[in-house]
Amino acid sequence: MSTPNNATEDIGHKSWADGLKFWALPEDGASPGRYRVLRRNIFTLMILVTIVPLVIMAGINYHEYETGLKQEILNPLKATVSRTTHSFDLFLAQRLSAVSFVASAYGYDDMVDEKSLGRIFRVMREEFGEFVDLGVINGQGLQVAYVGPYDLKGKDYSEQNWFHLAQIKGTYISDVFMGYRKFPHIAFAVQRWDKKGQRWILRATIDTGRLNKFVASMGLDGASDAFLLNKEGVLQTPSRFYGKTLEKFPLQLPPVTYQANVTEIMDGHGDRAFFAYTYFTDYPYILAVVKQRAEVMKPWYSMKTELVVVFLVSVIVIFLVVFRLTDLLVKRLQESEEKREAAFREMEHNHKLSSIGRLAAGVAHEINNPIAIINEKAGLMKDLIEYADAFPQKERFLTITDSILNAVNRCGSITHRLLGFARRMDVSIEILDVGDVVKETLTFLEKEALYHNIHLQLEFADGLPGVASDRGQLQQVFLNLLNNALAAVEDGGVITISTQAKDPETVAVTIRDNGCGMSAETLEHIFEPFFTTKGARGTGLGLPITYGIIKKLGGDIEVQSKQGEGTAITVLFPVKTPDGSNFSY
Amino acid sequence: MKIRVLLVDDETDFREALAERLEVRRFLVTQASSGDEAIELLKGQEVDVVVLDMLMPGKDGMQTLREIKEIRPLAEIILLTGHGTPGKGVDSIQTGAFNYMTKPANLKELLENIVNAFKRKSEHEERIRRANIRSIEIALKEPDAE
Repeated sequence: MSTPNNATEDIGHKSWADGLKFWALPEDGASPGRYRVLRRNIFTLMILVTIVPLVIMAGINYHEYETGLKQEILNPLKATVSRTTHSFDLFLAQRLSAVSFVASAYGYDDMVDEKSLGRIFRVMREEFGEFVDLGVINGQGLQVAYVGPYDLKGKDYSEQNWFHLAQIKGTYISDVFMGYRKFPHIAFAVQRWDKKGQRWILRATIDTGRLNKFVASMGLDGASDAFLLNKEGVLQTPSRFYGKTLEKFPLQLPPVTYQANVTEIMDGHGDRAFFAYTYFTDYPYILAVVKQRAEVMKPWYSMKTELVVVFLVSVIVIFLVVFRLTDLLVKRLQESEEKREAAFREMEHNHKLSSIGRLAAGVAHEINNPIAIINEKAGLMKDLIEYADAFPQKERFLTITDSILNAVNRCGSITHRLLGFARRMDVSIEILDVGDVVKETLTFLEKEALYHNIHLQLEFADGLPGVASDRGQLQQVFLNLLNNALAAVEDGGVITISTQAKDPETVAVTIRDNGCGMSAETLEHIFEPFFTTKGARGTGLGLPITYGIIKKLGGDIEVQSKQGEGTAITVLFPVKTPDGSNFSY
Repeated sequence: MKIRVLLVDDETDFREALAERLEVRRFLVTQASSGDEAIELLKGQEVDVVVLDMLMPGKDGMQTLREIKEIRPLAEIILLTGHGTPGKGVDSIQTGAFNYMTKPANLKELLENIVNAFKRKSEHEERIRRANIRSIEIALKEPDAE
């Protein structure tokens, strides 16, 4: 038997073949289980080879899209941070250089004069707007001249940190502080020397409203927060979520970088957020933008949903297709296996019949001669006893010889039927009317039917085509079948014999009885030689002989039977012989 | 007059038993164990009925049948065989056998066949005898007519 085993060999690669062992069908018969296993295995394999790459592809795409989209969203954010930083830079640089210019252009003497200081201050306010006050501090830290809304003249700054830093560095920009005015501002200080070599400092403060405007100009959406920090993490501009100016920023400061950078953080409320920031190169500030991740990734989420939907739909479609395909495949396989098995069984049966036929012929022939000897010897014995005048126990011996002769007769009839089964006949083919042959055959059986009060019903179709066949063999066929029918029905039963043209090339003869019928098990064996239900009366050769003859004539036989209801045997004869008249086998 | 029967069969047991049974029934039986022996025998003596086995070593039944018909055309021949081949039976009858029987043969049928064969042979001989007589009569009448 060849099985789809070959499929594994075709793959060629040994490890693969080993891995695919489940392709091989178990050899032991057509158990329904093995098709279930095969179906499951094919299904699993197909699902694996389709779904796994799909999952990998989907995974890669998911990751790629996420990264790509994140970059696409975060890059503009970085650019905004970078640009705004430049604006800040420029703004502070301009203010510092304005102060520096004024200090250089006018000199200590002009500045100390509060009138001219006032004039300069007015010009600066006009030009830049946000200057709040302007003051001159001498080398001892005393504010010697002041213009502005507060009365700060004569204030001593010598103890303050910025005064020293300005002296060391030459210029100074302060963090945002509240100072005396409870108003956030930044101080610029520039140190100069007068003609006498005395150092003095020009100090100007601006309000931080301008800084807030810069932040606002970043054009951020409602869920975002932008603010300025100093290096100690103190808010320099008000933040939407993290506190007012000069409050401490609650989160840890990011590592120092002068390029705009984005990190992911957990914001104060436990949500994931993007933290875009940069340190200023020249000033002690950090510009920071915090964006809610959920907000930023909104387009990604909708895309993710689409991706998942497409993925799920594909998986469902694959499942359905694979299921249907596997089902179809295994069904086809099963069908062809069954067909092949049926053909094989039939072949086997034919083979069995022909070998049994040959065996029977040989046995019958070999046995006939010794039986003939027994027959003659026993006959002679009988003769001697009969003709002897005074034989002791004559009657007894005659009974014995008679029973020997009876047994020999039985042997003889068995061997003759065996030979008939395997007979090599020179068939003479004629065109026969099957109805006529049936009628002829019935003449042998009418007496028996009458005796048992069995009703024989004939339903012959008119104008049937003639069948090319051998009269003697057809008679044997009908005799065997009718004998069986007679044996099956009880007294008073009905046997119906009908003929009809099944198609233009086939004539069908059906013999139907309402007798005892056969069990499915019996039905399976009826064409096997020596299988009989008639006990000692049967030889078990009637139907095998019939089968052999019908097959030899190119016909076919169909049996339908139900236990207790009766049997219908249909014999199909071809109108034309399959290959001339060569029927010997 | 006893019917003269020649039994030809290679199975000695069978042949002798059958011969004895026929003798008991007042047949005059001679035996031969092969076709050749039978033909040799027939060259020297006349028999009425030959009971001939179909399957023998050497010459088979059919061959022997043909040769017997050549040397003794009037002898009637009954063929016996262990082989259930009606086709051969038909052939043998066409070749000139009186009948064909299968082994083991029923003695009653065999006897009937032998007797019938003898009757046919007798009728045959009778016809030949009458034909001879007629030809003699014609021969005798002819001179009268002249």
